[in-house]
This record gives sequence, structure tokens and C-alpha cells, in this order.
Amino acid sequence: MSAEFISTCPESILREGRRVKTSDPGKEPVFSLLNAQLVYEGRVVLSNLSLNIAPGERVALVGKSGVGKSTLLGALREQLPNGSAWCPQQPGLVAMLSVYHNIYMGGLHRHTSLYNLLNLIKPLPQGLGEVAELAQLLGLDKHLFDRVEQISGGQAQRVAIGRALYQQKNIFLGDEPVSAVDDYQAQQLLTLIAKKHETLVLALHDVELALHFCDRIIGLKGGAIVLDAPSSDLNTQQLADLYC
Amino acid sequence: MQTVPDNKLINKVGQSVRWDYSLRSMSFYLAVVSGLCLFFADLEIISPNPWLEFKAMGQGLINPKIVSYSELLAGLGNTLSFALQGMAVAALAGFMLALVYQHWWVRVFCAFIRAIHELFWALIFIQCFGLSPLTGLLAIALPYAGTLAKIYGELFEETSPQARANLLNSKSLSAFLYTTLPLAWPALSHYTRYRFECALRSTVVLGFVGLPTLGFYLETSLSEGHYAEAAGLLYVLLLLIASQRWWLRKTLLPVYLLLAVVYLPPSASFDWPTLVRFFTEDIIPLPLRAASGDGLVSWLAFMWQQQLWPGLSNTLVLSQIALFATALLALLFVPFNSRLFVGPFIKRGGDGLLIIARTLPEYLLAFVALLLWGPSMLPAIVALALHNSAIVAHLLARFSEQIVLRDDACKGVNRYFYEVLARSYRQFLAILFYRWEVIMRESAILGILGIATLGFYIDSAFEEFRFDRAALLILASALLNMAVDTLARCLRRGLHLNTTADIR
Repeated sequence: MSAEFISTCPESILREGRRVKTSDPGKEPVFSLLNAQLVYEGRVVLSNLSLNIAPGERVALVGKSGVGKSTLLGALREQLPNGSAWCPQQPGLVAMLSVYHNIYMGGLHRHTSLYNLLNLIKPLPQGLGEVAELAQLLGLDKHLFDRVEQISGGQAQRVAIGRALYQQKNIFLGDEPVSAVDDYQAQQLLTLIAKKHETLVLALHDVELALHFCDRIIGLKGGAIVLDAPSSDLNTQQLADLYC
Repeated sequence: MQTVPDNKLINKVGQSVRWDYSLRSMSFYLAVVSGLCLFFADLEIISPNPWLEFKAMGQGLINPKIVSYSELLAGLGNTLSFALQGMAVAALAGFMLALVYQHWWVRVFCAFIRAIHELFWALIFIQCFGLSPLTGLLAIALPYAGTLAKIYGELFEETSPQARANLLNSKSLSAFLYTTLPLAWPALSHYTRYRFECALRSTVVLGFVGLPTLGFYLETSLSEGHYAEAAGLLYVLLLLIASQRWWLRKTLLPVYLLLAVVYLPPSASFDWPTLVRFFTEDIIPLPLRAASGDGLVSWLAFMWQQQLWPGLSNTLVLSQIALFATALLALLFVPFNSRLFVGPFIKRGGDGLLIIARTLPEYLLAFVALLLWGPSMLPAIVALALHNSAIVAHLLARFSEQIVLRDDACKGVNRYFYEVLARSYRQFLAILFYRWEVIMRESAILGILGIATLGFYIDSAFEEFRFDRAALLILASALLNMAVDTLARCLRRGLHLNTTADIR
């Protein structure tokens, strides 16, 4: 598989792809994998994987579905479980709670259990102010007190993004965070995510979005990294090859 | 017993029409053991003229009367107050225990307190706090807390972990409150509502040992042969439980609870030295109270030969026969409660009868049957089988109605055996094994009515103020229930039967 791909790739990218790359060698990487073997449900999906991601980098993970993007993101999250905002592909929202409470969930760790309990019974002013502001940016202000089971799939995805934003971390790990919204909204949401976080690692199937919002593209194919290059060196056509 | 080797295989064939070998042999052994038990059971009809008594009861049922409305209201008020307060304490304690249910010692503790029947708890607390509101409250709250902790704990475990895993600090209490708790809430409140109905029944039964609930007035009028009066109370009890869904509202609960506490404050007059003596001295085996400890072996030998062994064996024999009778009766009832076999008119009638049979506590049914036939195992078997088969048949009929039959499927008896029973037999056994634990608990309890199961010896020990004997016997009953609980769970797992909470 990978040999086939390599033969269709321009040389410059291949050279980039073989070495472990950090954009700024002076900074300590936030994520670092060395010869890692990543397993999903007992099956090895990525092997012999080495990767460093430095603070401030905006990384897109691209590749066919099932290639291991989510597994890789999960492995990165394990390195900083409480230090990175997490927006998984399956939003895992609590359907019977309101949009407000689902977003507020991102900030549970900043308050005492008692405060959170009271807020669950009746929204408290501080949380309400912050979450309402966030909901406005996400276009959810009209649905703030609707239960999640009453809203659409696209709106649910925005709630999941809201929950991740409200975790208020420097690093954002997102697994197809905008897959269920239209192009225009996707742009807006990614702009918002990029504005609020220093470091991004996003799994994206939309290569144009990947090239536009990220400065580094990591391509996965056949259980390995076959492409690792600055997005300025790449175009849509080159990335399309990852999907063949 | 042959167990099915592969879980996946079962998933494929579990719903198929094939009669599983293991299910068949399990049923066979159940029948054989129950048949053997019949040889050891005392099934004599002692009463000189049961038909006369039966006629009198029938006349009472047709002409119910309420003699004293103030008594009725007091009984109703007490029943509701005990049940509400007991359930409130049990739900709160059960919830707290469920939060730490992953620890083995919490699970063992919960298994122990729920293995002791509420009537036994009542007998214990009557010694400590007299016939006081506190006694009733504790007798309900303690075993129910153990049961609720188990169910809540299992519900929390079964909740999808995904929502929680997405949060930072996902192990915190806050993360639990925002994800696991709301996700488990619908099942949790549904089960708690069901348990409240059980608590109402239990509270009525507590009346039979002297607490002033509806059961107290029922017992009085039944024993005095005032069957019209008893019928009046019985109809009130049925109405109370059947109308639950109209008056038991979440929003009204705080009001009800407040009224319950005001009406019947959980108080008791007791003195500490007596209480302390009860737990540190009275329940210690008599020989151990002397410094030397001489005679413990002979005390234990005496207890085993004269009380433990006969009590245990009679409890086992009774529950085994009752279990088999429950199975047979349930299989007989199902067609009359399922749309696949009868029209809506008969089905509604079947529904009504099953609701009455499962609304009336086994203890009350056994008490009535005892008046008819005198103290032998027969009334206990009839009572246990009636009540439990009504529950099993109801659940199985609901399950059978989910089966989609072909347009040309056979009809009548053939349909029942070839299409419906074949498909739902696994479910049937699963439900039956759940009832096994309940039947065992109740078999021990029915001894209080004079059948020589464990309850008989326990009640006698309390009457003779031999609390050390009572403690040992209650401990034995608790261990027996815990053993059956474990065995039933193993059997269910071995047969790949459903073990979720929704069919209890």
C-alpha cells in the first residue's frame, strides 16, 4: 500500500515525510511518540510511529476513514488527559440535559462538586454568563435551554465543540469536529477554534479545510505516516492521493 | 448440565425455535428436584371444614364493609407514612452506597442487609425500639437500601461511559453528576417507583407483626372471622396500589414526604443501656457470655439438630415446590394474558386477575389460605405460587407480544408450544430464577405463620426472648439467601440468560 503511494508522490514530500519533524526545534514538544504501536479494539492500526508536535503547531491528520486518525488522536490525548481540550467524533452528549449543561460540562473541573451540583439544579450566574457568550459565538443562543435530544445533528456537533472550548485549554484535539455542518459554518467554527487555542491537532476529511486552517499536514496510509509536510508545500491534488 | 460453549453462537441462535439442550435439562432437573421435595413436604389439610370457611370468605368479598372510617384512615396514613419515609431513607442511603459500589466490601454489606427480610428486621427493631414509628421506618429502609444500592450501582455501571470519558477529570463526582447520573436517571426513577409499590406491600405485611398499618387491621378482622370487614380493607389496599400512577407524582413527593414526617415523626422511646445490651450481650450465644465459653459446641449442636436443620430443610423444600408450582401456573396463565391467543376482552380480564394476584403480598395470601386449610405447607405453596406466577406470567406475556409471527403461523395450543414458548423459554427461565431468590426469602418468612421454616424458629426465639438463638437463625437465613442469590446469578450466566435489571 505505502509503496504504491510513495511512487505517486513528489520527491520533496517524501523526504519531508521520512524525518521526524518539529516546526521549532527550540521548544519542548507537547506530544511525542517514538516507535509507538497503536491498537484499536485489539487490532494494530499504526505501528512503528514516531511523531513530535511542538506548541503552536496547527496539525491536520488526513487519510482514509479507518486508517487510524482517531486512534492516533486518542493516543495523543492519553499523553495530556487533563491538559487538552477534547472534541471526539462521537460527541457523547447527555441527551436529556440542556445545551447549557452540556457545554458547561467542559468546565466542571474549575468548580467544586457542590457548585456544580447547584448549577445542575439551577444554572448559576457565572457559568450562565460564560456559556451564553460561547453559545452566541456558536450560533446556539436560541437553543441554550433546549434539551440536546431536541436539537439537530449539526447543532449537537456545535454543542460538542462548545463543550471542548469551555474546557479552556491551550491545546485542542478534534476528531472531525465540523463534519456535520455546512462549509460556511465549518469555516467559522474552525476559525473560532483556532482563535482560542495555541496548538491544534485535527482529524479532517476535508482536505481544503486542512490546508487552509493547518500549517502542517500528516498523512496516514497503510498503518504508517506517509506524509508529513508544511501545508504551504502541498496542494489539494497531492492530498487527494492519500485517499486512493 | 451442559452449558453452551460460545457466547457468539448463542447470539445467533438465541432467538431461534430450537430448544436448547441446556435449557431442557435445566427444566428437567428443576422438575425432578421439586418432585422429590414433595415426599418431604407436609401438605395435609388440617382444617375440619375448609369449604365452610371458603363460603364465608366469598360472602365477605361480595359484601365488603368499612366499620370504622377513623381506623381505616389511620391505617392508610400509617401505611403511606412508613412506606414514604422508609423509601426516602432507603433511596438516599442506596444512592450513597451505589457511588462506592465498586468496592467488594460495600457489595457484601448490601447483599447482607437485603438478605434479611424486612419482617425479620422488624422483629429485631421491635426489641430495641418497641412498636414505634422508628421500627417501621428502619425495617423498610435497611433491606431496601441494600436492594436499591445494588440496582443503582448496576445501572451506573451499565450506562454508556462515552459521555463521561470526554470530560476532563472524568473520575470526579461532578463528572458523574453531569453524565452517568442523568443517563441512568430514567431507568433509576422507573425502578424506584416499582420499589415504592413493593414498600407499600411490605409495610402492609409489617402490620401482621403489630405495627399499626392496614395489615394490622386486616390481620385483626381476618383472625376474628370478620370477612366483610377484611374485604373492605382489602379493596382499599388494592385501590391504593392500583391508583399509584395517578397520585404518585414527582412534583408532589416533597409534599407527601413532609406530610408523612409530620403525621408520623420517626421517633421511639428507648433507653441506651437496653439497646447496647441487646447488641453486645443478648444476641451473643448464651455459652459465650460466660467467660469460659464452655458448652458452645453442645449449644451449636442443639441449635443445628433442633432448629437450624429442620428450618433450613423445610425452607428449601417449600421454596423448591413453590418455584415449580410458580413455573407451571405461569405457563398456564400466559396465554390468557397475551394478544397472540385471546381477544382484547379476555385479555383485559386476565390482566385484572394477574394484577390482583401480584398486588396482594404473599404473606397476606398465605394468611388467608392458612385460615382455609390450617397450618401445613399447602397454603404457603398456593400463596407463593399465585403471587409469583402472576408476576412471571405478566412479564412473559409482555415479552411474547413482541414476537412477530408469520401470517400463516399455527393457532391455539400449537402456536403456544411451537412458536411462542419455544422463542420465549430462555426469557421464562431468566424471570423464574429472579423469582427464586424472592420465593426463598418469603418461604423463610412464612414460618411466622406457623409453617416450620426458618421464620417459625426465629419467631419462637423472639417470643421466648432467646435473642441469641434468633440472631443465629437470622444469620442462617441471610446466608441462605446470599447463597441462592449467587447460585441463581451463576445459573443465569451459565445459561446466557439476560441479567439486566428491567425484569425484576
